[in-house]
Amino acid sequence: MNLTDKEKNRYNRHILLDKVGLEGQEKLKAAKVLVIGAGGLGCPVLQYLTAAGVGTIGLIDFDVVDESNLQRQILFTTADVGKLKVEAAKEKLSQQNPLVQFDVYPEKLTTSNALSIFSKYDIVIDGTDNFSTRYLVNDACVITGKPLVYGAIYKFEGQVSVFNHKGGPSYRCLFPEPPKAGSVPSCSDVGVIGVLPGLIGTQQANEAIKIILEIGVPLSGKLQTYNALNNAFMMLNVKRSEEQINKIINESANFETFDYDFFCGVKQQNTISKEIAVDGLKELYEKGIDFQVVDVRGEWEQPRIEKGNVLIAPLDELDEFVSQIAKDKQVVVVCQKGIRSRMAIEQLENEYNYNNLINLEGGIVNW
Amino acid sequence: MILRLKYFGMIAEAIAKEEENVEIQHRTIADLDGLLKRKYPQLVTLEYQFALNQTLAGMDEIIKDGDEIALLPPFAGG
Repeated sequence: MNLTDKEKNRYNRHILLDKVGLEGQEKLKAAKVLVIGAGGLGCPVLQYLTAAGVGTIGLIDFDVVDESNLQRQILFTTADVGKLKVEAAKEKLSQQNPLVQFDVYPEKLTTSNALSIFSKYDIVIDGTDNFSTRYLVNDACVITGKPLVYGAIYKFEGQVSVFNHKGGPSYRCLFPEPPKAGSVPSCSDVGVIGVLPGLIGTQQANEAIKIILEIGVPLSGKLQTYNALNNAFMMLNVKRSEEQINKIINESANFETFDYDFFCGVKQQNTISKEIAVDGLKELYEKGIDFQVVDVRGEWEQPRIEKGNVLIAPLDELDEFVSQIAKDKQVVVVCQKGIRSRMAIEQLENEYNYNNLINLEGGIVNW
Repeated sequence: MILRLKYFGMIAEAIAKEEENVEIQHRTIADLDGLLKRKYPQLVTLEYQFALNQTLAGMDEIIKDGDEIALLPPFAGG
């Protein structure tokens, strides 16, 4: 991708470098980098990649700028508070360098959109703030074959690495299992020193640029740790685990239905919070409450519920009926003895994020 | 034998130390993990990986006198 005269002038200090030159700057112009999250890490990553002349930068973040972000997210100003982060970022970054193409995704990264978004880019940079998304990003990078530049921070300490690059390890080779939910607090719980994400994010930008330019030694197979209080850097070797990689590859067909919140313990299984007995169901009818009954039995099973809003959705065909199961009102799931309905609720909660389901305890036999 | 231990993130906070020397009679990372969890029960609920002489190490790896061992927790923050 040839540079214009304007670009040659703008990127002159890169072009002067033996290891970059015109050819390297053209590689930067041709590169497409996706940044996940416009937070403490994402902001400096975006600012340096924009300045460096990376041709296309994607940014996904569903959040808005909060006043408490401004202590470290120096891309944003006081006037941006309340604006969508992707919109505020695009506005600032376009002013910084109008020669860069910005694609913004004001949405949550999910198993439904990750693969199609990732496939449009050459490199993914992780600036997220929770384990569910970190595992999701890692697995999506393994499945789509994209290198992942990882950064993570805690109070005064940071970690940087490059995963899934030229046969190197992935995040799961370093941390195969997520920590127990709630055992690792986030910046919003325990605070973070403002400069730290600037240092770690800048290193992530540097790693991405090295990968694009194919220069130096990217942090693949290495985890670098930094402590801002005593300036201790440590470099650790991380080995690729074929077992972990194969697990992701073998499960790739199920990626879109895998529940990362459940995997990371954010959501609990087997805790059906709400159950009612037949008397409770009769009471709902008597009070004239607007609710739906989902009967997961076969059509031949008796007795049937004849009144109200009843959907017949046999358990083994449940997926086909999901679009007809209400999310905006109470839904009582029923079967003969309350066992299949419990399984149906688990499936709906884990795979389709339902939170309005009530199990008919003991089943309809007592109707 | 004496090992040099380094603690990071919430591990360092949970046991209120960033490093220390520990004397151990056993041979593997798993032995060390058991000893540390008896010494610091607060480690039981925390997730971490061991690095033996700057390389991530599994539980069955053999340790020897003078080894440097780091306990690395995952960080969520961004």
